[in-house]
Amino acid sequence: MAKLALKGLSKRFGEVAAVSNVDLALEAGELVSLLGPSGCGKTTTLRMIAGFMPPSEGTIEMDGVLLSSPEGVVPPERRRMSMIFQSYAIWPNMTVAENVAFGLHLRKLARAELAERVERMLSVVHLEELKERYPAELSGGQQQRVALARAMVIEPEVLLLDEPLSNLDANLREEMRFEIRRLHDAFRITTVYVTHDQSEAMVTSDRIVVMNRGRIEQVDHPFALYNRPRTRFVAGFVGRTNFLEGRLEGGEIGFPGFAVHAGLFPEAGSLGRRVVFSVRPQTIGLHRGRGERPGWWVEGRIIKRAYLGNEWDYFVDPGGGGTALRVSAPPEEVFEAGETVWLEIDPQRVAQIVEDT
Amino acid sequence: MAELSPSLIPRAARLREPDGLRARLRRLEPAVVVWLLLIGLLLFLVVGPLLMLVVQSFQHEGGAGYTLENYFAAFTNKHHLEALENSLLLGAGVAALAAVFGVPVAWAVSRTDMPGKDLVRVMVLGAFVTPPYLGAIGWILLAGPNAGWINRIWMALSGAEHGIVNIFTFPGLILSIAVYSYPYIFIFTSAALDAVSSEMEDAAHILGSGGLRTTLKVTLPLVWPAILGGLIISFLEAIALFGTPAIIGLPAHINVVTTQLWQLFEYPVRAEVAAAFAMPLLGITAVLFWVQRRTFGRKSFVTITGKGGERRLIKLGNWRWLALGYTAFVSSISVVLPFLVLAQAAFSRAWGRGFSLGNLTLSNFHYVLVEHTTAGRSIIHSFTYAAATASLALLLALVVAYIVNRRLLPWSGVLAFLCVAPFVIPGIVMALGYYAAYASPPIRLYGTAALVVLAFTARFLPIAYTNSDAAMRSLNPEMEDAVRILGGGRLTVLGKVVAPLLRRSLIGGWILVFIPATRELSAAIFLTGPDTQVMSVVLYELSGEGNFEYVAALGGVLLVATVVIVAVSSRLVGRDFMLRRG
Repeated sequence: MAKLALKGLSKRFGEVAAVSNVDLALEAGELVSLLGPSGCGKTTTLRMIAGFMPPSEGTIEMDGVLLSSPEGVVPPERRRMSMIFQSYAIWPNMTVAENVAFGLHLRKLARAELAERVERMLSVVHLEELKERYPAELSGGQQQRVALARAMVIEPEVLLLDEPLSNLDANLREEMRFEIRRLHDAFRITTVYVTHDQSEAMVTSDRIVVMNRGRIEQVDHPFALYNRPRTRFVAGFVGRTNFLEGRLEGGEIGFPGFAVHAGLFPEAGSLGRRVVFSVRPQTIGLHRGRGERPGWWVEGRIIKRAYLGNEWDYFVDPGGGGTALRVSAPPEEVFEAGETVWLEIDPQRVAQIVEDT
Repeated sequence: MAELSPSLIPRAARLREPDGLRARLRRLEPAVVVWLLLIGLLLFLVVGPLLMLVVQSFQHEGGAGYTLENYFAAFTNKHHLEALENSLLLGAGVAALAAVFGVPVAWAVSRTDMPGKDLVRVMVLGAFVTPPYLGAIGWILLAGPNAGWINRIWMALSGAEHGIVNIFTFPGLILSIAVYSYPYIFIFTSAALDAVSSEMEDAAHILGSGGLRTTLKVTLPLVWPAILGGLIISFLEAIALFGTPAIIGLPAHINVVTTQLWQLFEYPVRAEVAAAFAMPLLGITAVLFWVQRRTFGRKSFVTITGKGGERRLIKLGNWRWLALGYTAFVSSISVVLPFLVLAQAAFSRAWGRGFSLGNLTLSNFHYVLVEHTTAGRSIIHSFTYAAATASLALLLALVVAYIVNRRLLPWSGVLAFLCVAPFVIPGIVMALGYYAAYASPPIRLYGTAALVVLAFTARFLPIAYTNSDAAMRSLNPEMEDAVRILGGGRLTVLGKVVAPLLRRSLIGGWILVFIPATRELSAAIFLTGPDTQVMSVVLYELSGEGNFEYVAALGGVLLVATVVIVAVSSRLVGRDFMLRRG
């Protein structure tokens, strides 16, 4: 049985559907992130899981027990969850230790056990030195750790994180991604993590749920999500990509300016007449002559280029069809603008986009 | 999940978010009850009195039938029209003079390196918390014809037969009000100046503009809407003021609207005519407040962009002594000199006999605290009524502000509007409204403490509400959500997080209502009975009898108590909370 299950969950504000028909099941100990642009419904979904708002349709269950439905909601304080907020919401009138101990006080723990658990949690997040400080005396990263400690010390059934790193500067954000993953590996609390930052989701998550306009676009492991995006939105939102649109005719796929042999594509049998591929810029090879390796080879011309230090960013027109493919190449592969090149596209590494519109 | 047995959940569920019409009604019920309760309370406090005042202005004497006679009686009488004209002149004069005092002082404190700024701020605060009628008494002692200190010193120095200043004149009346009105202009102007970035001035300098020209052409125009706001408030405060016009104006045969209203309540009482005559005061206030809001709303370029730029102080060089001299002059005539002569009077057998050991006595204090029939009790009344007012106003304001900010109820905007509506009701008009609505049956509260406290609460509700609202806005709702998700109920939220976090601003808001309530005169004089006398009314009566030594002693008690309260609360909530806008 799933630890946490969202079934047909929807939320409407007046005419606007903020969340539409979301189905999701989390296994115990899993960290799943909800990824999407602002306004995609991820925070609304999280607040429904927390019990701050009732769903318009659908249900939320934990361990098979109904927590939320349009008919009623178990209030947040009785859901045995905990949450980390975008603003951290550290109470400025309490010290670090008091903040962390708050949830345990409400659970009426014995004094000794309470002190010991607070102590242990503070050392896990490396705050034992600062426990008597007030939040105003802490840096942003330290406040973030207090929020983590306060949420995890009660050993919640489910931990919810709402854009927890968006208020930190870039270096700290990168550090805290790994910190969150480290704490998750240590405690294995079932976690829902809301973010709009794809690399944050990639680093922290077991699975990523990409949301757009209130709907789930794709649920997958980070690797599969990046290499096998199924929708145009996912391919574009998670990393940079090129879209190749063509038609399948007589075993060949015709694109503007060139055509390739359909048989080389692993799932050629699943192709319809209209074909859309997502091709990542770094999966395309650039060569001065046609190579012998099997694959899709296309002659093209460099339109423009930019040197980014760690790589070249080339724009290539394949087959003179007037389109531009972006290609990332290592710094040593130098081509001039206007030069004729051979593009090598590996059919194993392109993803077929399911056009749903 | 042992604690959350499946049978428990549907029950909780039904309680929170039921379905179907009947269940829906049940869900809405508590909210509706709270809303109705609050709206009922606010209607009683704010709308009822105003409505009854308007109704009364159209009624025959004794309340039989409707008529326009009262308006004829009110606005065809020559004296009444003269009073109206005087009020407008007085308001304009006070506003202009207050700007002459307030704007340069605000500029010097906010933008320059003038020394002694902290002391200047204390002086402005002193003028702000001085009851105007007490200042007026001080000015009688200073500038009364011949006997006033200024005149006596002049005569002694020049050998002249007569003094040179007389407070019992129209300019004297304007001066004695303006010296306690300039803090409004100061507060508005310095708040705006504080927000003007030095970069604005640098931009003018780089284009070749000199220091003085930049100040006059760039800085002051930027804060002009704020000055205008201060002018309007000064004007409105002046035309609504009762104490000073009664103490200084009436002996000089200068009648204004407020004193005329008071005379209409002398035998034979003509409350209906008074109601009609109060309408222009209400109308002018409402219109000017609207103008002020509009000005601020549209020209908000004044303050807002200041955040990004750094602020540097203008180096005045030797001119800073001129600036200091001027602020010292303003402080002297508003606080130092009046207080000096009041203190002398409080400890004198007869104030006219001057500073000498033989003239020294404590008997004035003994008289007002022990011997006088009502003065002693009036002190207790003033402070208990003010405490009750502050608590009631703040509690009501907090509940409404919480509901508005957390969007707990529909139509909460109506509640907020009613809370701030009394801003446009002058105290004396509010008092007449309470007299019309709740003095006589069916609700007979005249002579009770409740009538005074309710009227004060309505009068100061806007102060309480703006403070509560600002405090609520500063509180991130996630702070409250964090308590809920960690297992705390709504009460835990209020007790452990909301109350502690708002404590400072709540004490500040309480004090901001408490202090004006201890000295409120214009509403009190119409609503207090023999058993509910407050200090302001006793002070007014004592001054009418010419007993300035007693007035000074009782006023001293009021001021010392106020200073102690402000000092203690400044410790609790931080310095100059009274001079902050917003």
